[in-house]
Amino acid sequence: MKVPLTWLADYVDIDDLDIESLAKVMTMVGLEVEEIRLVGLAMPPGGKHEFKYTGITWPADKFVVAQVDEVMPHPNADRLILCRVNDGTQEIIVLTGAPNLYEYKGIGPLEQPLKVAYAREGAVLYDGHQPGRQLMTLKKMKIRGVESSSMICSEKELGISDAHEGVIILDDDAPTGAPLADYMGDAVFDVDTLPNMVRDASVLGMAREVAAALGKPLREPDAFLEMTGPSLEGRAAIEIRDPELNPRFVLGLIEGITVQPSPYWVRRRLNLAGMRPINCIVDATNYVMLELGEPLHAFDYDILVERAGGPPTIITRTAKAGETLTTLDGAQHQLDPEMELVTDTAGPLSLAGVMGGEESEVNGKTTNVLLEGASWNFINIRKTVSKLKISSEAAYRFSRGVHPALAETGVRLCLQRMAAWGSGQVAQGLLDNYPNPPHDPEVVLSAAWVNQSLGTDIPAQEIAEILGRLSFECQVEGDTITARTPPHRLDINEGLIGRADLLEEISRIYGYDKIPSRRLDQPLPPQNVNQALIMEDTLRDLLVNLGLQELVAYRMTAPEREARRFPPGFEAPDEDYLEIQNPITVERRVMRRSILVTMLEILEYNSNLDRRLAFFEIGPVFHPVAGQQLPDEKAMLSIGLTGLRAQPSWIDGEPPLMDFFDLKGVLEGMMAGLHIENVHFRAVEHPSLHPGKAAEIWIGEDVVGVMGELHPLVKANYELNDPPVYLAEIDLERLLEAARILFDVEAVPTYPPVLEDLAVVVDEAVSAAEVEAVIRQGGGESLTKVQLFDIFRGKQVGKGKKSLAFSLTYIAPDRTLTDKDVGKLRKRIVDLLDRELGAVLRS
Amino acid sequence: MTDKETHLANLEQIQKDALAALADVADADALEAWRVAHLGRSSAVMGVFSSMGTLDKELRPLMGKTANEVRQALEGALEEKRQLMEADALKQALETEKLDVTLPGRPVTRGRLHPLTQVLRRIIQIFGDMGFQVYPSPEVETDDYNFTYLNMPPYHPARDMWDTFYTKQEGVLLRTHTSPGQIRVMRARAPEPIRVILPGATMRYEQLSARSEIEFAQVEVLVVGERVSFAELKGTLDDFARRLFGEEARTRLRPSHFPFTEPSAEFDVGCFVCEGEGCPVCKETGWLEILGCGMVHPVVLEYGGYDPAVYSGFAAGMGIDRSTLMRYRIDDIRHFRNNDVRFLRQF
Repeated sequence: MKVPLTWLADYVDIDDLDIESLAKVMTMVGLEVEEIRLVGLAMPPGGKHEFKYTGITWPADKFVVAQVDEVMPHPNADRLILCRVNDGTQEIIVLTGAPNLYEYKGIGPLEQPLKVAYAREGAVLYDGHQPGRQLMTLKKMKIRGVESSSMICSEKELGISDAHEGVIILDDDAPTGAPLADYMGDAVFDVDTLPNMVRDASVLGMAREVAAALGKPLREPDAFLEMTGPSLEGRAAIEIRDPELNPRFVLGLIEGITVQPSPYWVRRRLNLAGMRPINCIVDATNYVMLELGEPLHAFDYDILVERAGGPPTIITRTAKAGETLTTLDGAQHQLDPEMELVTDTAGPLSLAGVMGGEESEVNGKTTNVLLEGASWNFINIRKTVSKLKISSEAAYRFSRGVHPALAETGVRLCLQRMAAWGSGQVAQGLLDNYPNPPHDPEVVLSAAWVNQSLGTDIPAQEIAEILGRLSFECQVEGDTITARTPPHRLDINEGLIGRADLLEEISRIYGYDKIPSRRLDQPLPPQNVNQALIMEDTLRDLLVNLGLQELVAYRMTAPEREARRFPPGFEAPDEDYLEIQNPITVERRVMRRSILVTMLEILEYNSNLDRRLAFFEIGPVFHPVAGQQLPDEKAMLSIGLTGLRAQPSWIDGEPPLMDFFDLKGVLEGMMAGLHIENVHFRAVEHPSLHPGKAAEIWIGEDVVGVMGELHPLVKANYELNDPPVYLAEIDLERLLEAARILFDVEAVPTYPPVLEDLAVVVDEAVSAAEVEAVIRQGGGESLTKVQLFDIFRGKQVGKGKKSLAFSLTYIAPDRTLTDKDVGKLRKRIVDLLDRELGAVLRS
Repeated sequence: MTDKETHLANLEQIQKDALAALADVADADALEAWRVAHLGRSSAVMGVFSSMGTLDKELRPLMGKTANEVRQALEGALEEKRQLMEADALKQALETEKLDVTLPGRPVTRGRLHPLTQVLRRIIQIFGDMGFQVYPSPEVETDDYNFTYLNMPPYHPARDMWDTFYTKQEGVLLRTHTSPGQIRVMRARAPEPIRVILPGATMRYEQLSARSEIEFAQVEVLVVGERVSFAELKGTLDDFARRLFGEEARTRLRPSHFPFTEPSAEFDVGCFVCEGEGCPVCKETGWLEILGCGMVHPVVLEYGGYDPAVYSGFAAGMGIDRSTLMRYRIDDIRHFRNNDVRFLRQF
């Protein structure tokens, strides 16, 4: 909400505070000042400010209140006029083209001089002829033979509003010669009101907070109303059908009003607060809404009488099926039976608490105004607003809860203003139907509890005094404070919750900065072990150490994006997605099921940005499960490698491309780092992977994932460079279950190892893993290490055969092995290889 | 000239000639030739030894001694020369082996943690030192956990504070904050005291821009116990801020509103970019809004299974993306999930 400083000053004495200090007080009490727009007032002193300032200032020597004593025609131009202006020190002829002065042209000296805002040469103000707000400096210039160096200002030029249709004509009591900033300089605070502080969506509400923070009295507006017209009794009636939805409805009548512009100070305030002035009737309702926080609605009384064929009965009720209403913004709404309406016997008049209807609104010919002040159920208003997608200042407040007590005050204040600004007579008596007054809670709390909760030491009396500043009525008995909620707020509850509500009020006004800062003094809760979390961190570090970059990726995707992981023509499984009801884009309308797709998309994005890409991601995929409300969030690990094995350099030239075994090496390094044993890889077919270069990853009896080269046909679905892409997708939970924090450490051997090489020729179909397994079996415990170091194919070993060369390490824990010992073991291995695999020793 | 004098003069001449010849020696081969010529078996000085038998008996000791001295002198000179030549050779070699030290080093392939993980780890570590333990919670949540149990029944105005992604599954949404984890951990632990940290991804329905993301990381801390005070919230956050932002970090708590805490506060830290002078990062205020916090609302305690008449607590939640953005003055929040290697490799 935009709050002009001068308006705020009506209700609380803030003369001793500069703008910056006031903004700080407001912020520290929960009214966050987001921006301060200067409209004439000077920047506060001091170089360092904690707020964002915009706008312009009106220096006293450049901007003054002046009076136009005569308006004369321009000798050479019809659309220009010359004004004889008195600025308090001298008389000047000022050139202007303001249309709102035409009517005074050539009628001689004015009986009642016009008070205006006058800017002298050198003044810096906004250029009225440029769009937006652009600064300019007033300079001497000649227009059609007449010299002019000063200006009578429009609102746009002074930064009050965007209006540049004519110059400002001030109220007659403006003192000629006074610095303009003293007369009407202002600063507009843009305050972010918190959702629970709708009571402060009004100037008075904010003033109450400021007064409480400063410990100063609040000057509430005088709601005295002079009622001189005939009684309202019998000339209108109120019928409330559902007091739950409409706890109170108040009507007042003003007759013989003149629809005319409001006084200038009113229009200026409305403009500064961000509302467009219309006429004295509409302005009065808006003014009181901004002042008090109670939205009001003005009906043209004569239209209601005509509709009813006599004194109208205002009926508040929910809509009937099929009813429609055209609101004053011209929109026609289809109403549904939950929507609360203000109606008469002829049908709907307005959407209760949201917006008035077009038909019964006040217009230029209105003379009699029936004024509504009511209170509404905020949930019902919220539902209406969200269904009709309509918004208004009234709905903003009513949808957050406005206390019914304000309905009557609002009607009184508003009628008083209408009478003052548009003349007219207020009918005697208000109609007030109040079937459902709220219970203003009484909260009992002890100073001991307050101080224990805050860590403070505030006496009971002071607590009561703080609450008193916020208009709570308090009684203190010993340590106990009983606080009665004031009749303008609905955010205080009963009992325990009420205590918490008051704790917030006390701490806020006492000052968060005065609450001490203490280290936690609580027993340490039972410490829990979560091995998966520890291992997940270990895993990240491992993968980073293995040269991989971690990714953090979007969870939202689209099914067709996920389908790109299959080759063309592949019949993708019919997968059930968790679909988003209100996606931001069709590209992100479901929660992902595949972490591989994310990896492929990020590889694709980076394909031209680096020649070596090595990534991993740890994150969930989402699988809806029938009969279960929430989807399974399955934690996955993906790895993606493509491009060069290392960065190219001047020293070694271009390194080779990564291949299947780079990925496998990473996986083996990862498994070793997690102390996972019993890992093996088995060839597998997978739709996304190259049929000859894909493997399942097994730990013991469980498959934990799949790895391999991206299928060339799938690769073609993406804009990737030539080098093959290697991917792994691993079930994180299973992987980490197998990981071990504790593991056996073998003794460092005391006796020297015996090393020897063994080369065997086997059929091409026999895998290296099979050969290794047989060697290990044959070697027994003394064979501690088996390492493949060469594979050879060629004439020497024969067609369909290959030679595998292993380096073997033998160690006995208790003695030095002799050649004879090793010879025996070797024979056992060779025999077993022959028997099991038909392997022949290669000499 | 006596015989003796002649012999001594001869030895002196041998030494003189040899040393003169040594002065001209320039390389290892010449040095070896010189050794053979002047100290070898057929050298002049060795000739003196071998012809010793032809000398007078009385002369022999003196001549032997003198010849020995000459030989030692030549050997010493040879060694000296050798060392000199080696030193020269090394010097020369070192000069020719001079590298261009400005050439780049051999590239090392290094992996990195994502910047969000790096910052999150630091935060977890700081709270971990204070006894907070990580508690994981789901990213897809029910409306109840995300709102109702956090004191926002349906149609509560505060629900507007979060723009929510709903799913087509009834009552299921993408969590808009990590706070539903508060209820989950309370229900798991009640009535034990709680001191946990809840990190994770959260989602909000926003237009993607340099300043706003639809997915972002948050971390929440929660303390529940029998007499937890606002002063302890303040002290915990002050310690946290000093450890994350430096010993001199200025902090302040400012009233705010969250439905699930009361009293509620925003926790601001003095801008570490301008040190309070005002800059675009802190929007000229000198303060950075780091996290929202407050005392756990009684309704939330009750939904979590703790009697609010007995228990109290505090909670705080911060956006990892936003603080990382500020910390490194990153211009666009979308960099985090775009995973552009040119961005990632800077961390």
